[in-house]
Amino acid sequence: MIRLNGKDCELQAGASVAAVLAGLQLPADARGVAVAVDGEVVPRAQWETFLLAEEARVEVLTAMQGG
Amino acid sequence: MMDHGLANGPPDADALTIAGRTLRSRLLLGTGGFASLELLAAAIAASGTEMVTVALRRIDPGARGSLTDTLSDAGVMLLPNTAGCHTARDAVITARLAREAFATDWVKLEVIGDEDTLLPDAPELLRAAEELVGEGFVVLPYTTDDPVLARRLVDVGCAAVMPLGSPIGSGMGIRNPYNIALIRESVEVPVVLDAGIGTASDAALAMELGCDAVLAASAISRAQDPVRMAGAIRAAVEAGRLARAAGRIPRRLYATASTTNEGLADLAAGTLADRAT
Repeated sequence: MIRLNGKDCELQAGASVAAVLAGLQLPADARGVAVAVDGEVVPRAQWETFLLAEEARVEVLTAMQGG
Repeated sequence: MMDHGLANGPPDADALTIAGRTLRSRLLLGTGGFASLELLAAAIAASGTEMVTVALRRIDPGARGSLTDTLSDAGVMLLPNTAGCHTARDAVITARLAREAFATDWVKLEVIGDEDTLLPDAPELLRAAEELVGEGFVVLPYTTDDPVLARRLVDVGCAAVMPLGSPIGSGMGIRNPYNIALIRESVEVPVVLDAGIGTASDAALAMELGCDAVLAASAISRAQDPVRMAGAIRAAVEAGRLARAAGRIPRRLYATASTTNEGLADLAAGTLADRAT
């Protein structure tokens, strides 16, 4: 099981970060988006190749209004 | 706009430069608290700001409208913040994520030490600032009004310091103007008054104390008429800047007549003879 933004996600271990983004209807080059896995940044250039391990915690973040 | 510069110089004569980036507006806008993206866009236009803060949060696929698009259309520079971070580690990782998301090395560094007051955690802030400067970030730390801490932050390489006037969103203005003036005296980098602005006069005071810019968020976004307040605070920042350059008169306990007594008429009743008796 993979956790995506704090919730269980249908994707299985071995899926790429790009696959996670596709599941969120986000293009592979989505601007204003950043991804962390298990508390570390996954650089944009690695979205296609970075494969998620079992129990991975994925955070997909974007700009929100804030001071 | 009122682009009076100083001493009738060219329009950019009084521009603010942070880390080599020139800004004509000395008002930074926080984007938090606006009821809609349309209202935010209107406030940005009314404020004249060229730089706005944004936060990083989990994406909501069902969200209506895109903040990124709104800000891109407005043509403003993004200053990502690390709001909500309580440790240096979280703040550093959030800054790295913001760099990925927004392709900017700039960060408004916030490390919060207390939930009720949202006051900065000084040791964690300093640690995070040093780490991020080492990674090539342009760090603008949200800090207390402590002149010593401000100097320490500059010593580790921060591009500006952003002392609070009072707690975030409190609208309490500048509780310790003396410290803000001391910070201005003690560091070479720009000083941006951050947090506590409640209304236009607070922003004017910040500039009169020597601050180089003001960041306003709640004061505008939560005003009854945010767009009108954006214009008011814009004017106040410009007025305060002009007043600072003009040099205020010293405060005195007693009155000092602004009209001379030289040539004052003798209006006492009676003739000279009357007075002689």
